[in-house]
This record gives sequence, C-alpha cells and structure tokens, in this order.
Amino acid sequence: MLELAIGIILGSCALGAGIAMIAGIGPGIGEGNAVAKACEAIGRQPECKGTVTTTMLMGCAVAETTGLYALVIAILLIFVAPGRLVDILMETIK
Amino acid sequence: MENDKQRFKLLDTVYTAMMILPIVFGIILKIFTTPLSEGISISGAKIFFTIKLPIQDLPITESQVHSWLVMISITGLCLFLTHGIKEKADTKRQHVAEWIVENAQKLVDGNMGEYFSGFAPFIAAILGLSAFSSLLALFGLYAPTSDVNVTAGWAILVFFLITYYKMKCGPVIYAKSFADPPLLAPLNIISEVATPVSMAFRHYGNVLSGSVISVLLASGLQGLSAIVFGKLPGFLGEFPFLQIGIPAVLSIYFDVFSGLLQAYIFAMLTMLYVAGGFPADEYYRRKALNKS
Repeated sequence: MLELAIGIILGSCALGAGIAMIAGIGPGIGEGNAVAKACEAIGRQPECKGTVTTTMLMGCAVAETTGLYALVIAILLIFVAPGRLVDILMETIK
Repeated sequence: MENDKQRFKLLDTVYTAMMILPIVFGIILKIFTTPLSEGISISGAKIFFTIKLPIQDLPITESQVHSWLVMISITGLCLFLTHGIKEKADTKRQHVAEWIVENAQKLVDGNMGEYFSGFAPFIAAILGLSAFSSLLALFGLYAPTSDVNVTAGWAILVFFLITYYKMKCGPVIYAKSFADPPLLAPLNIISEVATPVSMAFRHYGNVLSGSVISVLLASGLQGLSAIVFGKLPGFLGEFPFLQIGIPAVLSIYFDVFSGLLQAYIFAMLTMLYVAGGFPADEYYRRKALNKS
C-alpha cells in the first residue's frame, strides 16, 4: 500500500511538471512575434539595427518571464516536491 | 628608480594572483568536495558547513563561497587595470579601464538621465558581478547565479532602491500611487511585489535551465556513444567519444551568451525601474512651482 502511495506521489509530480511546461508555448509565440517585427524594422531601416536588436533582446527577456515561472515550478515539482511529500506521508502514517 | 620599478612589478604580480588564484582555489575545492559518482546528478548548491545562530542557522553554501571568489577576482582585475594610472593614457590597461568606465557612464546617462549619473558604479558592479558569476560555469564550477538565493538578494536590494526613490516624492504620493484607480489597489500591490520576484526568477531560471539542459545533453551523449562505439575493444568501447566538443557548442549559447544577456538585462531593468520610480524633472518643476 505504501509503495502505491509513493508511486502516486512520484507520478503526479512528474505529470504536474510536464503539464506546467505547457506554459512554454506562450513565450515562444510572443518572442517569435517580437523577432519577426524586429526583422521587419531592420529591413525597413537597416541603419538602426543596433538599437532594434538591443530593444528586441530586452523585450524577449521580459516576455520569457512567464515561461521561466513555469520552469521554476517544474523544477520544484521534480527535485523538491517528491521528497517533501513522501516525508509528509511518512509522518501521517506514524 | 630601480626600486620603484621592482615595486610596480611586485604589485602587478600580486594583483594578477588575486585574479587567478580564487578560480584555481574554487576548482581545487570542487575536485576535493565532489564525491565520485556514476551517471548524472542535478543538485543544488552544496552546503559546506552551518554556523549556529540563535534565531536562524546560517548555512555557508557553495554559491556563497563562489560569489566571494568572484568578488575577489573582480577586485583584482580592477586593481590591475587601474594600477599605475596616469593623467594621459599611455598603457594598454589604462585604455581598457577608461573604455569600461566611459561605457558604463554612457549607458547609465542614456537610460537614467542626468539626475542618476552617480549610479554608474553601482550598475557597473551589478553588471560585472552577474556576468562573471555566470561565466564561472565555464570553469566547471557552480555558477552562483543558478542559485535563487543569490539573485533574490540582488533583486531585494534593487527593490529597496526602487521604493526609496518612489518615497522620495513624499510618502503620501507613494501611498496614493497604489490606489489609482482605487478598485485596482490589490493588483497594484501585487505587481509591486512581483517586480523583485520576476527579476530574481528570470536571472536564476535562465542560468539554471541552461545548466540542466547541458547535464541532460552530456548524459544523453554518453548513452549514445555507448551504443555507437560500444563494440570497440577494451578502453575504446567505454570512452564517451561523443562527449568531446558537442556540449561545448551548447555551452557557448547557455553559459556565455545567455549569461551575459541576463546580466545586461538585470542591469537594464534596474536602471529602468529606479529611474521610472522617481521622475526627477517633474519633481523639480513641482518644487519650483510650490516656492513661487
């Protein structure tokens, strides 16, 4: 019975981490849009390539934040949550 | 004259040692404290020892020690570059030092305006510390920026700066800025708190994801080379040939490009938030209006 409970905990953590990383879609689309617009801008005005590139990198980094939140949650679910949850389970059994 | 020259050379050696020895020390420490293990291991910062304190124990971790090493190294670099400085630049190192100072000043002046031009040393310090901390991963050491506590410390420092400059207009105006419009006050407070959280997580997440992907790729290549070259006799069959060179390509992106980009972005966001918190021109105009 204990094995089953621990198995459910580990499996749910892995599933949760996978589901959390679906958030990677958003930043992907957003950054793609940003880079596409930056390419258009450089094509129209090649002389302001430097400014456009730095602004684009800056915007990309800010847009990436939501994806990184998901990454942090996924990392917590994989590396931290299973140990904690198993500890809690052991304490409740005692 | 001869004595001066000797002293100059001696100090140069000391500064160069200050630059290089911390990294060598870090590598030696890493070699001696890492247990031999098979396969991959993704773990957080190692705790060397814990100092017992009454309220909260203070663990001295790998990330702390490595960031101290980076600080000593950067101090050595700065002392080396500014050693024997003259009014008119004639040595290479003085040109480099002047280039760094001028560019930091230009960056701060361009992004923060005249009022904040005294911020240049602070921004340059953040930029240098963050960039060199991320680059430490190139030596196989634990990058301090892949520990959330380090970046959170910097972000909290920046948060205090932002709040200080927002308070400078007057506490009442600061409190009022949350209730504008009144219904959205809770959201405004959340977004105020989210600023340091997002800054810390952005930097830490980028560096950590790079190191996790590098470890996964290295272990994957080990398995692949065992399949491809496993039939070779003896030692050749066990040697992971595919691990040579291929992870380095990824390391250029994740360690060098991403680390430097995140350092730049952290400094840039610091400048934008601090300068945005205190509109200096408007403040002085209002002050002049009140006086007249």
